[in-house]
Parts: sequence; C-alpha cells; structure tokens
Amino acid sequence: MKKINSLKTIKLLALFFISSLALVSCSSDDDHDDDHEHEEELITTVIYTLEDANGNTVTLTFEDLDGDGGADGTTEVSGSFVANTQYSGSIQLLNETEDPAEDITEEVEEEGDEHEFFYTSTISDIVITKNDVDEDGNPIGIDTSLTTGEAGTGSLTIVLKHEPTKPNDGTSEDAGGSTDVEVTFAIEVVFT
Amino acid sequence: MKNILIAICFLVSTVVISQNCKYILKGEVIDFHNATPIEKAVIKIINTNTYAVTDINGKFTLTNICDKSIKIEISHLSCETKTITVNIEEMPFQTIFLEHHLDELDEVVVSANTRTETTSIEQSIKQQTIDNFADKSLGDALNTISGVSSLNTGNTIVKPIIHGLHSSRLLIINNNVRLFDQEWGDEHAPNIDINASNSIEVVKGANTLKYGSDAIGGLILIKPKKYAAIDSLFGSSLISLNSNGNGGIINSEIIKTYKSGYYAKLQASFKRFGDFKAPNYYLTNTGVQSINTSLTMGYNSFEKGFNAYYSIVSNEFAILKSSHIGNVNDLVTAINNEEPSIADDFSYTIDYPKQSILHHLAKVEAYKRFKGIGKLTAQYDFQINRRKEYDLRRGDYSDTPVIDLRLFTTSFQPNLLIDAIDDFEINTGFLLRFQQNDAISGTGVSPLIPDYEKYDAGVYATANYKMDLFNDISAGVRYDFSRIEAVKWYNTTDWEETYNYDELFPEFESGTTDNSETLTYPEFTFHNFSANLGYTRHFSNDFELFFNYGLASRMPNPSELFSDGLHHSAARIETGKLTIGKEVANKFMFSLQRNSQKFGFTISPYYNAINNYIQLIPAGITTTVRGAFPVWEYEQVDARIFGIDVDLDVKLNSKFNYSGSISLLQGDNLTDDIPLIQMPSTNFSNSITYYNKNLNQLSISLNHKTVLQQKRYPDYNFYTYNATVDDYVYVDISTPPSAYSLFGFNSSANFKAFKTGTLKVEFNVENIFNTSYREYLNRLRYFGDELGRNFNLKIKINY
Repeated sequence: MKKINSLKTIKLLALFFISSLALVSCSSDDDHDDDHEHEEELITTVIYTLEDANGNTVTLTFEDLDGDGGADGTTEVSGSFVANTQYSGSIQLLNETEDPAEDITEEVEEEGDEHEFFYTSTISDIVITKNDVDEDGNPIGIDTSLTTGEAGTGSLTIVLKHEPTKPNDGTSEDAGGSTDVEVTFAIEVVFT
Repeated sequence: MKNILIAICFLVSTVVISQNCKYILKGEVIDFHNATPIEKAVIKIINTNTYAVTDINGKFTLTNICDKSIKIEISHLSCETKTITVNIEEMPFQTIFLEHHLDELDEVVVSANTRTETTSIEQSIKQQTIDNFADKSLGDALNTISGVSSLNTGNTIVKPIIHGLHSSRLLIINNNVRLFDQEWGDEHAPNIDINASNSIEVVKGANTLKYGSDAIGGLILIKPKKYAAIDSLFGSSLISLNSNGNGGIINSEIIKTYKSGYYAKLQASFKRFGDFKAPNYYLTNTGVQSINTSLTMGYNSFEKGFNAYYSIVSNEFAILKSSHIGNVNDLVTAINNEEPSIADDFSYTIDYPKQSILHHLAKVEAYKRFKGIGKLTAQYDFQINRRKEYDLRRGDYSDTPVIDLRLFTTSFQPNLLIDAIDDFEINTGFLLRFQQNDAISGTGVSPLIPDYEKYDAGVYATANYKMDLFNDISAGVRYDFSRIEAVKWYNTTDWEETYNYDELFPEFESGTTDNSETLTYPEFTFHNFSANLGYTRHFSNDFELFFNYGLASRMPNPSELFSDGLHHSAARIETGKLTIGKEVANKFMFSLQRNSQKFGFTISPYYNAINNYIQLIPAGITTTVRGAFPVWEYEQVDARIFGIDVDLDVKLNSKFNYSGSISLLQGDNLTDDIPLIQMPSTNFSNSITYYNKNLNQLSISLNHKTVLQQKRYPDYNFYTYNATVDDYVYVDISTPPSAYSLFGFNSSANFKAFKTGTLKVEFNVENIFNTSYREYLNRLRYFGDELGRNFNLKIKINY
C-alpha cells in the first residue's frame, strides 16, 4: 500500500514539474530585462508658429517631456501679437521621447478625416480660420490663419479631437470625440 | 418460516456432503472511518444461500464452503454493499472494511444541498437560476441574492459585490480552483462561463479558510455537478434568444457515466450580442462575443478517485463608444448631455474600445481515503489569463492593444480531511502558488501593471465539532506568506518628488535611468494571519441560528501597489502606491433562519470593521497635453461596513408563492468621517409565482426590484477651468443617479420530448415598462442609460 502511494506521489510530482516546465517555457516569449516600453503615441510638445507678412513670428510652445504624470507641462509664448495683423499659422505635434523626435502632425494629417483642431481665444476679435481640408472636404486645422483686432490680453486654446463629428459647427463641444490635445496659452495683442 | 429454513438447511447440507465442502472462512467487518467493528453485517456467498451475520465484535464465520475461491457480498443496513473475491486457502481470515457513513456518500453520488461548512452563512443559486442567466454573467446571476450587488462597466462587464466589497476582496473558486484573472481592476469581470456550473454558493462570512486568508468580503464557490455511478449517457441543450441586443446563447453539454465510477463531460457555449438598446437609443458598440468550452473527466468511488478539468473562456466585450473621452472637459460634456454623444443604428460590430480576454484553467485532483484517518486530496492547477484592451488610437497603433497582460498562476494544494472521530472533523493542508505577470511588449504604452513574480505559501487547519443534535461549532486558523518581486519603470519626477520613493525605497533603485524614467525593482513580503469561529444552533420548528466571526487580512494587489496610467472611460489617471500596506478585517455576522415550506425567512445582520481599507479616490488634478485630469490615488483608511439582509419566502396557497428580500448597507470611512465611495444603496425585491405541477409544471411569476438612490456618498466633485468657454465648470462625478424600479415577467413550462427527454420552454420580459435609469454602481453611468425592455425566449432540452 505504502509503495503504491509513494509511486503515486512521484507520478503526481512528475506531472507537476512537467506541466510547470512546459508552461514556463511557453511563457517566455517576452524577455524580462528589457521591457522598457516607449510611449509611442505620446505628444510631448505642441508648437504653434505664427508668422506675419514681414516675417515676424510668434511661437506658442507647450512641453511635457515626461508625459502624463511626473512634472506638469509648461507653456511658453515667444512674444506679443501685433494688433490688426494677419498671421499664417502652422501647428506641429512632436513626441520628443523618441530620438529623433517623432512628428505626430504627419499622422494627424494622414488621418485627417478622424481628427480636427479647434482654436479659440478669449480675446474676442481674434479670428482663426482653418485653411486645409481632409478627403471629405472638412477642415483639419494644421494650416491656419490668425487675424488680430484691437489690443488686449487673454488666452488662446488649441484642442485636437480624435474621432470628432465632422462636419460640426466649428466648436470642439459640438464635435465631441475624445480630446488628444488641449493646451492653453496666455497671449497679448499690442499696438506697435 | 422455520420449516422453510430447515428445508434450506437440509438442501444445503446435502449439497455440502456431495461436493466435499470442507472450507471455512473467518473474518471481521470493520468501519472504514473509525476502525470500530460493525455488528449485524451480512456476509453472503454469491449465487448460494450460504451466509453469516457478524457478532457484536464484527466477527463472522462461514462454514461448509465448497470452493476455495469464492465471491462474497458484504452488506449492512447503513453501508455501501461491497463484493470481494476471496481465496480461502491463501487467506482464511478476512478483514473487510465497510463504509459506514451514508451521508458521506453524497460526495460520491449526487450532491445534496450541503453547506460548505456546517456553520457558514451562505446562500446558493441552483441550476434553474443559472439557466435563467445563461446568456448573462456570473455577476448578474448573483445579483439575485440579497446582500450581493454588482459593479458594472456597461452591461456585459459585471463584477459581483458582496456586502459592499468586490475585486480582490472576494475569492471566486471555480471548480475548487481559485480564479486569478487580474481581478483587481474595477472593469475586469470574472472569466467564468456560468453555463459550466451546476450550483453557485455565496459565503458571506470570511470563514472558509481552505481557500485563502484574504476573503474580506466573502467567497463565491462555483461547483460542478457530481454524477451517480451508473451506466448512462445524457445531456442538455439550451438556446436563448433576446430582442434587446438581437442575440443570445447556445449551450450544450453531454455527460457519459459508467457504473464503475468513471465519468466524462463536455460542455460548450457560444454567445453573441450586437449593440444593446437603452429605452431611447442604441448603446453604440456594446456587443459581446463569447466562446467557452469545458471538459471534465474522472473516476469516483468511495475510497479513491480523481478529476481532471479544463476550461477555456474567450470573451470579447465592446465598450460603449461614447465612453472613450479625452479629458475632464469631455467628461463634463458627457455628464451634462442626456444622451451619449454617439448613438448610431444597431450593429453587431465589436469596434474599439473593447476588451479581449482569454482564460485557460486546468486542474488535476486526486483523492484517497485511509481507514481510521480520513480523506487525502491533492490538487494541482494552472491558469493563464491573457487580457488585451483596445482603445481608439492613431496611426500604426490603431490595431494594437493599449493593455496587453498575461497572468500565469499555478498552485499545488494537498488537503487532509480527518473524519475518523464521530462528530469531529478536521481539515488541514497547505498551499504553494507561483504567479507571474507579463506585460507583453509592443503596446507602445507603458504597462498599467508591470512585470512581476509572486510566491505564496499557506498552511491552515479548520475543525468542525458537532456538540450534540442541536449545536455545531467550528474554528480555524490560517497563515499565508506572500512575496512579490516586480520590475517597473517610474517617471523620475514621480519617483523622486511626487512620491518621495527615492528616500522611502532607495533599495529598489537599479541605478538605470532612461529618458526621464527610472528602472526599479520593488519587492515586498507579507505575512497574513486569518482565523474564524462559527457556531450553529438548531431549534425546533426548523429555526436555526448562526454566528460567524472571521479575521481576514489581504495584501495589496498589484494594481494598488503599481498601477500607473490613464483610464479613458473615467477620464482619470489611476496611481497605485508602494506605501500601501495590508488591510485587516474583522467581520461579525449573525443569521436567524427558518427553512420551512410554508413560511421561511433569513435575517442576517453583519458588521465588518476593516483597518487600513484600501480605496481609490480623487486626489488632485494634473495637467497634461490633453488638458486637465483628476488623479485618483489609492489610500488607506479605517472603515466599517454594516448592514442587514432579509429574505422572505411565503407559501400563500398550494399554487401561489411570494418571496421578497431587502438589503440595507452602510459604509463609513472612519478616518475622514465621511461615507465610503461605491457602496450599494438600499434595494428590495418582491416576486409572486404561480406554479402548477400538474399543468406541465407551469410557472408564471411577476417580479419587481427597487434600488433607492444612494444618499450617503463622499463628495469628490470639483471645479475645473474650461479654456474653450473661458469659465470654471463643475465636475459632478460623485452624485449618484436617482432611484429606479424595474418590473419583470417570467414564465416556463415543461413538456415531454422523445422517449426520455424533457423540453422546457421559457418566456421572459425584463424591464417591462422600458424604464430609463442609471445605476450608481455602473462605471459608465455618466455616458448612457441602462438597458431597456427585453423579450427573451429560452428552450432547453434534456436528453
């Protein structure tokens, strides 16, 4: 009786080890030491460059190089806008955790029908129009023009929506979808 | 009579003389359990009339046997009859063991309604209820039990809650295997095919130490059916069709049993639904597809047996499209909108966002009984859980999951049941378990849960003592050792400044940094003790009184320690903390029950004091490129949860039956003197059933359930600046939705089909009045209503 039992135990243990071996071996398609996943879709940097007819530029930059969490993002505005002036604007989204930095604007452009930028300012006479369209003829908003009115101070907000309703009434609220970018800059419009 | 006997004796003796019947067999008959002699057992030589009866010492003598090799049958009034072959020349003295505990045979034959422990406070749902929920989930089925509610993500991802507690605080035991399927996540439903089970028991106390020490909320036992040892082939098929979601389930099972004790069962189900419909609109992208198979085979006899079980559960859950949002302003928009932002026409497509989960579970179990001791069982099991969660993504990553985790768990657990002593039963054993989580690379997102390896070892002993006919007492202790070793990249700013880990845990640092990230090796060891005490008193008139006390302690789960990332559907960043320690609960529970056909009831008050209760609550706002996000952090507080469950069952007359239940619960955060988040509100249900056994077992019932608004909730609402409208907006994430009442209709009838089969037809209506409502315990309650009316037709054939 005892013999049979010990035999059984051995068999059971053997089964135990064989199956665990089999499982360990089939579970190692991922090596453990280098599992460092780079944030591939991360947008670390938003640069909105505005240039007037004379080549003067104002650059609005948002940077959050360590992504979500960690240090909060920072904004920088290179200077003031001039009143009653037209600027041509272009926006650039970068992932600077990659080397060289990945240009995410290209992806947005490729999937233009699934994306749209929205620009709003609390300075009411600033007008921003979108000059580019997606394959369905709806605006994307990578290429813009910005016209200033009277002098004032306020903020400018850039929103990028993923899978918005297109066409929409021009506001990000109406567009719905999910927000991929929402950054706000403190801006100033001055008389020269 | 006497004459006949004499005649027989005469005949026998004549035969004896003629065949030279000189052999004599002596022996004794002994109780397998406690080695005491069995009196009045009958030993009969098969195909003859020769027999003997054991004396008070269990001894017997058979004389005048003609063959040296004979077959004898040993029987006793309350024992399993046994047949053995004896060679008298070799073995003139036989010791025969008989199984004397007839009730124990239930384990081998057909399981009766037995409690997990004689003193445990538990409720169960049976096959019929399981069939009712064939195309729903485990959480939905359990929701019918008082004191049990569910935490939902949409309507297909349903997690059970017992007395306000869920996830890692509940042990789900499937076929004696503790389920490990990344149960820590609020939006991770247990991967169980409800159709593979025969009965489901909910143990509300923390007193089944055999399965673990961390059942702070309770235990859910999913049990397979035991089959009688007869030669038979049978099975059943069920089809269920629903108007809401335009889908249903097909489930089939086939069972082969043998008289020898061998059995095998194969079961498979396929479930498919498209978009479900709220009363006023379709819930776009809420379909589900589920394919499940389970296979079991084994051998059962009283002395020994084995069981092998394998199941695969493959689930694909679409997640409400409009719940994928970007930031807090999107959340505000969703909360303020009456309808979801996306409400398309019906579709079967399961689009992003979605969850795709594959769960394998396999086990081998064997047992043997030893005379005078008891039953030794050993079980080995393993599980692989692969979870992929897909979001709406850009570019090349649009078809790549954002979460891709594989959890592998294997355990070995022997158990010794000592039942040699009458009225006293001991269960003891140990557990060895290894678990490995693998965050599969290639997602392009830092993993929500990092790679880790976890080692567990536990040892326990429980005892039941039947003091007399009216009193049972039980007690148990358990110790568990756990060690977890993880590999995780932390954001350097978080590591050094936000959480100050560089000073708290310098030993975890590897020295490697990369691109503002720091590589760390967090390691933790936990020692958990748990204990229980149970007492049952049986009174006359079917009254029973139970008392349970349970001490349970739980180590923080990987999510509470390590989680770090964005949850789109909640527009929040969830952060685990390395400083989280274990939580310890003391739960007291009484239950007064009456099991009576005419008037039965259960009244169960409970009080659960939890020290260092781990909860996830809003802790601030962080600014990202997507705008503002609330950060939810795990923190520990002292908490208490108390309440009462009442069930009532009244037979109004021979045809009508009333049943009702009410659950009251209050959860308090004692540290901050505020209510606990996510606690079920008061709810009650009533149902009236007409049942006519003679009319094809026709059953018609009307039922009703009311869930009151949760008035006790912690207020974590806040204001956030919305730049696009240049104003502060109020983010109401805390206020629970209003109360609601739902009405349902069920009917069923049984018919004869084929020669031996039966056919059961059911017609049900859920949410008869197409009521629009939202549920506090649904994580997607900000985005859309719950389901509207549903017509359901079920046909089940037993063959």
